[in-house]
Amino acid sequence: MSTADDPARRDVLVCVKRTPAVGARITLTEDRMAIDTRHLGFTVGPHEECAVEAAVRIAEEHRAGGGTARVTVLTVGPPDAAEQLRYTLAMGADDGVLVEVPTEELAPEPTAASITAAVRAAADGGTRYDLLLFGTDSAVAGNAQAGIRVARALGLPMVTGIKGMEIDGEGVVLHRETPGGNEVYRVPLPAAVGVKEGINLPRYPTIKGRMRARKAELRTVPGRTEPGGLRTVGLRCPREDRPETVVLGTGAAAVPAVVEKLTELGVL
Amino acid sequence: MLLVLIDTDEDGVPGPGTDDLLAVAHGTGLPVHAVVIGTVPDGLPAECVHRIRHDLLSGYAPEAYGESLAQLVTRAGPAGLLAAATERGDEVLAQAAARAGVPLATRCVALRPGDPWSLTRLRSGGVLLEDAELSAPVAFATVAPGAAAGAETPAATGTPEIVDFTPELDPALARTRVVERVPRAEGVSLATAPVVVSGGRGVGSAEGYAVLEELADLLGGAVGCSRVATNNGWRPHRDQVGLTGTRIAPDLYIACGISGATQHWVGCMNARTILAINTDPEAPMVTRSTYAVVGDLHEVLPALVDALRARVRGSGHAPPAGVSARSET
Repeated sequence: MSTADDPARRDVLVCVKRTPAVGARITLTEDRMAIDTRHLGFTVGPHEECAVEAAVRIAEEHRAGGGTARVTVLTVGPPDAAEQLRYTLAMGADDGVLVEVPTEELAPEPTAASITAAVRAAADGGTRYDLLLFGTDSAVAGNAQAGIRVARALGLPMVTGIKGMEIDGEGVVLHRETPGGNEVYRVPLPAAVGVKEGINLPRYPTIKGRMRARKAELRTVPGRTEPGGLRTVGLRCPREDRPETVVLGTGAAAVPAVVEKLTELGVL
Repeated sequence: MLLVLIDTDEDGVPGPGTDDLLAVAHGTGLPVHAVVIGTVPDGLPAECVHRIRHDLLSGYAPEAYGESLAQLVTRAGPAGLLAAATERGDEVLAQAAARAGVPLATRCVALRPGDPWSLTRLRSGGVLLEDAELSAPVAFATVAPGAAAGAETPAATGTPEIVDFTPELDPALARTRVVERVPRAEGVSLATAPVVVSGGRGVGSAEGYAVLEELADLLGGAVGCSRVATNNGWRPHRDQVGLTGTRIAPDLYIACGISGATQHWVGCMNARTILAINTDPEAPMVTRSTYAVVGDLHEVLPALVDALRARVRGSGHAPPAGVSARSET
């Protein structure tokens, strides 16, 4: 149903983003233009990690049914983003594509243009993806639009905020939580989906998976680097107005003070 | 003139974040025109309401909504198009921006018109603010809920003129639309509970949450958790408080055995009062909390539950209502 010359094959593309693994407090660079990452590791955003897991499960299920399937993970980022691609390969993805740009933080428009170009290049090479998976938004920038811009450029349907997904013969059924309950969408394939954390529990890579990922060959292609319409002037941490912490006590001996405080707060 | 998308439910009741959206829109000093797809709510503080009508817009359909807005922008020629930065608002404006070929600034807390527009937006769930400039023929932006906290909600000064707009929509756009709705079960939800008792790594196991459940029951609240707990399979994701879970603003948040990483903090930082129970007095959750108990939650919580039970028995009163349905929400 996917690659032009093999209808029984299923191809899934997952787009992930390298993101700083921030701890409890965020420190900025001296020019206030970015998070200071000198003492931080990097990771794949939580929504995107779930998108990789969803893709790997789809491929496993399809193979179990007798078909063939491939999961390709793509990232637009600096050369060091290869580390995040290898992590997703260790989770079970088959191929990694690094769309190389010289910056950690690229605007949504060139990011989308870079991904769109990569998808079109794959189509020229005979691979048409059935499903494009994205995280609903990235953990740090929170622009929440690269996937939608890609879907629009490729003429694909897209729904974001998805916490449930089932592929059947007619397309894909998508579930989204709303303040009032749940919404169900039925979308024909090929399609793009913005996944949210909670759709699954991502697996930890196995030792075997890590070994395979370490040796895997990644494909590197150049990305687009023109600026977007939103230009960062500077980042800052909002002022926290909270007063100093009042310690009510230590261990179980603090319970009377806690009860008194709960009463004072009107909770009891 | 500024176009402001007012998202409504089936009964025409404006969605979350509408007051902040209108306050920020009026704060720009530009005349405000509302855009409504569906029933026009009463009392909108807008000079004019653009009512978008089309058969394909009878239910929520992100592509058709986005296309309709892009066409209305071409027709009406506003300086900007704003929506609330809800999941739906971000999605629809991204669809519209992609179609209009313009940038989109999401989760803004301040907007100042100009060439370029200057703005401030939330990043990393709100623990960072980004000052930015937006260069575009039409400024597309979403406004973060809470952006106008403390500001007065603009009042309607009269009945706005209603102008109908019928977009030209390709039926193919109906491929993304809601085909079924499943209403949420009744009960106290994590998002709206006045008290949330949350547990993290320090709870240690799924069974360890039993005492948090008891405490939440006694306080008429809900149980939440950190990402560690969902990753370890101790609690379902719907209980997760945080950047990629539920953002809450309860009257009281009791954080048990939670270190307070950014991912969690952004989910609970709007709580009115925070009580942290933790063995580490230097844990960020403790140093940022209003009150703290330094100690092992496995000793503190059973003692606290016993004390509250004794108090309930002593008073002859039942514990606060609305608790037993918590886990069904």
